Amino acid sequence: MKKAAAWAILFLGVTYFVLPLIGMVEFSLSMRRGVYSFDAYAKVLADPQFRQTFSYSVFMALLTIVFGMFLVVPTAFWVRLKMPRMRPVVEFVTLLPLVIPAIVVVFGYIRLFNTSSWLPMTGSTFGTNMLLMFGYATLSLPYMYRAVDTGLRTIDVATLTEAAQSLGAGWFTVLARVILPNVLVAVLSGAFVTFAIVMGEFTMAALLNRPAFGPYLQLMGANKAYEPFALATIAFVITWACMGLIQLVTRFSKHTKAAR
Amino acid sequence: MSETQLPPPRRRINLNWLGLVPFALFVGLFLIAPTMKIVIGAFQRADGSFTFENIAGLFTPSIIASYWISIKISVASSAIGCLVGFLMASAMVLGGLPNTIRSPLMTFSGVASNFAGVPLAFAFLATLGPLGLVTMFLKTQFGINLRAMGFNILSFWGLTITYLFFQIPLMILIITPALDGLKREWREAASCLGATGTQYWRMVALPILFPTILGTFALLFANAFGAVATAIALTGSSLNIVPIMLFAQIRGDVLGNPHLGYAMAFGMILVTGIANVIYIWLRMRSERWLK
Repeated sequence: MKKAAAWAILFLGVTYFVLPLIGMVEFSLSMRRGVYSFDAYAKVLADPQFRQTFSYSVFMALLTIVFGMFLVVPTAFWVRLKMPRMRPVVEFVTLLPLVIPAIVVVFGYIRLFNTSSWLPMTGSTFGTNMLLMFGYATLSLPYMYRAVDTGLRTIDVATLTEAAQSLGAGWFTVLARVILPNVLVAVLSGAFVTFAIVMGEFTMAALLNRPAFGPYLQLMGANKAYEPFALATIAFVITWACMGLIQLVTRFSKHTKAAR
Repeated sequence: MSETQLPPPRRRINLNWLGLVPFALFVGLFLIAPTMKIVIGAFQRADGSFTFENIAGLFTPSIIASYWISIKISVASSAIGCLVGFLMASAMVLGGLPNTIRSPLMTFSGVASNFAGVPLAFAFLATLGPLGLVTMFLKTQFGINLRAMGFNILSFWGLTITYLFFQIPLMILIITPALDGLKREWREAASCLGATGTQYWRMVALPILFPTILGTFALLFANAFGAVATAIALTGSSLNIVPIMLFAQIRGDVLGNPHLGYAMAFGMILVTGIANVIYIWLRMRSERWLK
């Protein structure tokens, strides 16, 4: 009885999650009347705007990941090693982006860094790109910090640092050659979440007027019939791939640890 | 920088805080300062003088209506999300289902909770939209016309059903560890004392889980309240919820008063802020039991 109810609940839930995905894929394949075809995908892939916005977003995502890594790893390391009393504060701050809606943050950017302000970042293309990258870094901060901090928890930071220092390592060597390799898996899973977030982000890019993938998706949705669904399928595959890769790296790391 | 660790240098000037400067600089400049700019701007006139006019300006029928419908959608989607997520998670953890289900379901929850925004809106348009998969199926196979029954994807229920796609997985991700934390001994102790299954749930399990559930509700609420992209891609501007209105205001000052935009954004921070304070407070309470 109980087991049957559990199966029923699970079945209903899975149906709810699978139907929209089927609907999306089905629509994306039905551009040609009567038969399934990849016409919509071909159309999308041939669109120069798709290539531009897609590669722009990929580039921004990679930039955000590199910046986030340089920001988060030393900070989390330093907090663990030297300033454990600051941990609750730093942790609280890193969770703020979940509280403050992205649209509010970017609204603040537009007002704070406009052309007549003390730091006119929105005045140039380069400045706006940097601002968008900082915005993405803020959005991914909760995930990145938590991932790295969890990674640091599993290793003995203080001992490793002292051991490295007594062998003559400077701070850079300690971070780059001792700490980073040990938390690489955590950094990677943070990086994949960041990648998924940046690829799908709409609000910030749209309000800062940058040619990213999210605004392009929305534009296509308003103007085309079948292409948006092909694009949505592509976006879903990207998210799925990122999460799958996280699982893969985590499993891989467990494996190497067990083998030792 | 490379001072030796022992003995503890009590009298020396502590320069450890220098290590946090890059982080503080980044967060201060790109998270705190922009938010403060909005908060302060909500209480300023165009010339910079202090005022409550903008906040008072929020209390016009159209803006109140937009807050009201936003809150309704957020409450509905997080309440249903909590309920369904709870049922699915407990079916998985306690329902005696094979263990192989767990890992795929958790991974999928991770994907689905991140699959928000524009693509999600498209997926639901393709399913429940006027020409969507389910809409057409019901029409041709069963003669049920959803549209004639008053259902429209660009409406309160349409948006709520769409939001559930990321709300339910988030609930599953958060509640599963809590359900794992329910100790078998508690159940055994309860049944030793003669409790029925219902009594165990009503008097032992649910009171323990209650803070987590309510806290997650607050988190889901904030999550739905701040969602912009899904709503814009789904409804365009036909449904006046707060994020859409604010988006239009930032793009083109549709309210005709820039500082009213600040006030709207401030209202959003206030609502999500309160929801999250409740979440954090309840989370601290629940962690007492689930260690």
